[in-house]
Amino acid sequence: MLQGWVIVLTSIAYLGLLFGIAYYADQRADRGRSIIASPYIYSLSLAVYATAWTFYGSVGRAAVDGVGFLPIYLGPTLIIALWWVVMRKILRISKQHRITSLADFVASRYGKSALVGGVVTVIAVIGIVPYISLQLKAVSNSFVILLQYPEIVMPATVGAVPVLQDTAFWVASALAIFTILFGTRHLYAAEHHEGMVAAIAFESLVKLLAFLAVGVFVTFVVYDGFGDVFSRAAAERELAPMLTPIESVAGGYGSWVWLTILSMLAIMFLPRQFQVTVIENIDERHLNKAIWLFPLYMLAINVFVLPIAFGGRLHFPDGTVDADTFVLTIPMFERQELLTLLVFIGGLSAATGMVIVETIALSTMVCNDLVMPLLLRMRRLALAQRPDLTGLLLGIRRGAIVLILLLGYVYFRLAGEAYALVSIGLISFAAVAQFAPAVLGGIFWKSGTRRGALAGLAAGFGVWMYTLLLPALARSDWLPRSFLEAGPLGIELLRPLELFGLAGLDQITHAMIWSMMANAGAYVAVSLLDTQSAEEHRQASLFVDVFRRDGGGARLWRGTASAPDLHAVLARFLGAEAADAVFARYARAHGGTWPDPALEADADLVHAVETQLAAAIGAASARIMVAAVAKEEALTIDEARELLDEASQVVAYSHRLEQKSRELEQATRELKAANERLTELDRMKDDFISTVTHELRTPLTSIRAFAEILLDRPDLDADERQRFLGIITRETERLTRMINQVLDLAKLESGKAEWNVASVDLRQLIDDSVAATSQLFKEKGIALETDVAPELPLVAADHDRIMQVLLNLLSNAAKFCGRPDGRVRIAARVAGGDLRVDVADNGPGINPRDRETIFEKFRQVGDTLTAKPQGTGLGLPISRQIIEHFGGRIWVESAPGRGSTFSFTLPIGPPHAGRDRPTLAAA
Amino acid sequence: MKGYERRTGQRLVALGLLGALAFNYPILGLFNRAVTVLGIPLLYAYIFAAWALLIAAMALVVERGRAK
Repeated sequence: MLQGWVIVLTSIAYLGLLFGIAYYADQRADRGRSIIASPYIYSLSLAVYATAWTFYGSVGRAAVDGVGFLPIYLGPTLIIALWWVVMRKILRISKQHRITSLADFVASRYGKSALVGGVVTVIAVIGIVPYISLQLKAVSNSFVILLQYPEIVMPATVGAVPVLQDTAFWVASALAIFTILFGTRHLYAAEHHEGMVAAIAFESLVKLLAFLAVGVFVTFVVYDGFGDVFSRAAAERELAPMLTPIESVAGGYGSWVWLTILSMLAIMFLPRQFQVTVIENIDERHLNKAIWLFPLYMLAINVFVLPIAFGGRLHFPDGTVDADTFVLTIPMFERQELLTLLVFIGGLSAATGMVIVETIALSTMVCNDLVMPLLLRMRRLALAQRPDLTGLLLGIRRGAIVLILLLGYVYFRLAGEAYALVSIGLISFAAVAQFAPAVLGGIFWKSGTRRGALAGLAAGFGVWMYTLLLPALARSDWLPRSFLEAGPLGIELLRPLELFGLAGLDQITHAMIWSMMANAGAYVAVSLLDTQSAEEHRQASLFVDVFRRDGGGARLWRGTASAPDLHAVLARFLGAEAADAVFARYARAHGGTWPDPALEADADLVHAVETQLAAAIGAASARIMVAAVAKEEALTIDEARELLDEASQVVAYSHRLEQKSRELEQATRELKAANERLTELDRMKDDFISTVTHELRTPLTSIRAFAEILLDRPDLDADERQRFLGIITRETERLTRMINQVLDLAKLESGKAEWNVASVDLRQLIDDSVAATSQLFKEKGIALETDVAPELPLVAADHDRIMQVLLNLLSNAAKFCGRPDGRVRIAARVAGGDLRVDVADNGPGINPRDRETIFEKFRQVGDTLTAKPQGTGLGLPISRQIIEHFGGRIWVESAPGRGSTFSFTLPIGPPHAGRDRPTLAAA
Repeated sequence: MKGYERRTGQRLVALGLLGALAFNYPILGLFNRAVTVLGIPLLYAYIFAAWALLIAAMALVVERGRAK
């Protein structure tokens, strides 16, 4: 059933279906009910990335070196993760400036320079031509092979047939007509090519389904699943090395990395990708879903590449069948007519999708950024005065489409046979990668200048031509072969494939290294040496700071213009109706009506007109048109800077204000905290005073009571009298001791205490204090043992103060010791760089919750209501003050019923500045 | 909204860097050996599995962040 006419009719019917979809989508768009306003359609339209090269070429490459084709799809997956940062910025800029193409974007960034736009256009056209020729080659080859069904015969060498009998020529012509009908039926201006996007999305579905169908067929019908294909391949001596393939890929990891980088740049800067991703985007939020949907598409279309490739090698072991055709030839070999036809349609989808979008994108560039600026500059044509230029614009675009496809065909005839599909595609990838420094630098680096961009583009493109394009022509014998082998004029250092002796790399890696170095180097170096014009500076700021300001471009224009003149210019490109709408909108916003000859043409209006124009004919051409009717006073760079700075100053002021208010809040918070602390201190002071008075009153009360008894009862017997006097004396002593301690503590706390710091031998000190308290222990029948290490280092401390601490701890221990067989043990040793003293008793112990409070003033453990206080409650707080003053620590370890151990540490060593500071203060 | 955008952006960048590591020397080299998983050469199995995981993670970051 696969006769020639069936194939041709099916193809035509398929293209007709596409056209129908596009027509329907356009109709819907005109009625304001877009069918492409969906992130899914958007993601599918991005899949125009997968061309005939993917469809046929991936298998071709996989059949040679296994995973070598994958970086082309892994790269986009990785870079798309950065799109959230990079592509959203490009999208926002493009919407704000009504960008119409990649060339327009670059031109607009570098001061709306027509020259930059032109250079980008030329590079894009020349760079993409091989890629288009690849599509022609794929479609015509698949057609020719299909015609021979059921025989499998490779097509004859091109060039052997005259042009008019060459299938590729007819394919090119058909595609040209189709694209013209498709993309240039009328001037879309600012609108999107909604019909085209709908058709492309449909084609993406078709090619995916076709490829999956043939993949499933080969893997699961012809073979018995993935494992079967691979194990059969592993059995073949020739195929086995491809199962651990990276070293076997030409160039190994280096080439893998460069292919990844190359495809990362290609997915952003191929004119057709820029077209669908940026220009045709109708909602920034669609990007979000595309970030994972598009990589998913690429994953899906690659899953079966390896099985098909190995299947092909197993089917056609003698190498007579080109691996690039396995996708088609395996179903043919298996006599699957419908599947074969489906594959052909899938390949046709992949190729036509690419050609349509690419040529529309390129023709827009050629028209807006190359031809129009030139025509507008020719005063003799007086184009700016013509009433309606829409026809001219369409004519230029149609011409450009024909010309580009013709160039593609010519390249196909010249160089088509020397390379596999993949290699041809990579040459184009490397060409568009040259846009990366100018675009990425342009959106993140304000200092990139017009001349810098031009230098970078020229240098990078020059190296690309020399290392990739010329060798391609030489291999096809259009240049002498000696050019490759011996270098131009026999200079070996300049051999295009081993430039300056850089050998051992594959051609693409070699070209990428040199061209990227030349490109980025020239861009940065020239930009740094250059100064920007006012227009450049303005555009640079608008691009780089797009998220920080909105619009604001109008403020940077000064001059005079007449509203009717501006209206006339707009009407020429958009038609009178659209121009009226713009002016009416503007007049309404400024409180006037249109038409009104008195309407003032201020900077805002001029800006509005220029943006509208830019959407139709590109920034550079729009600039020229507006400049022709509006008398603009050139801004100097300083003025522009001033105006821009004004805007950024406002931002800076508000930032500073924000910061000030934040600082104020902080200060308020600190003040509040300080106030709370003060209140707390005040409360503590009050507490202290009331506690002290309370504590002082207790002995005072008992002294007074006994004194009164003595006064009232002179007849008291002598023993009784003696006893009362004894109590009064003891209570007085207690009172004196308490007052002394309060004064002592006050001195310590205020830092006014006197310290006599010297090297102290703690061993001696412990002996002294044990001797001083021995009487007390003996009285109470408590055993006191000492356990002091024989060699104790000296510590820097105040002898009397440490003695005070030791006596306090020992008397405490005596007080709370267990009865009847109390035991107290004092130990001293070196522990962790400190000297540590422990005083342990076997008393009732201390509740965990009291362990910290006993170091506070007037806190004694036990119920103060029932038990008589046995001390002043100031001993431990004073001890803590003393120990901490010398840089030590005091604490208690205890468990109820198991005694308690009071410990303190003192740092070993001579006194140092920090520690005896209070001494100096006291002196 | 701003916080969501910045956070999602940073998460995606991190995923991109992770992917760049996963699909490069030396990690890739670890899987470049003559072993098969369910009959599929280890390297192929690894690349496609890691690729799928990476996409799933990206989907998770984008879609879950938005729901909040």
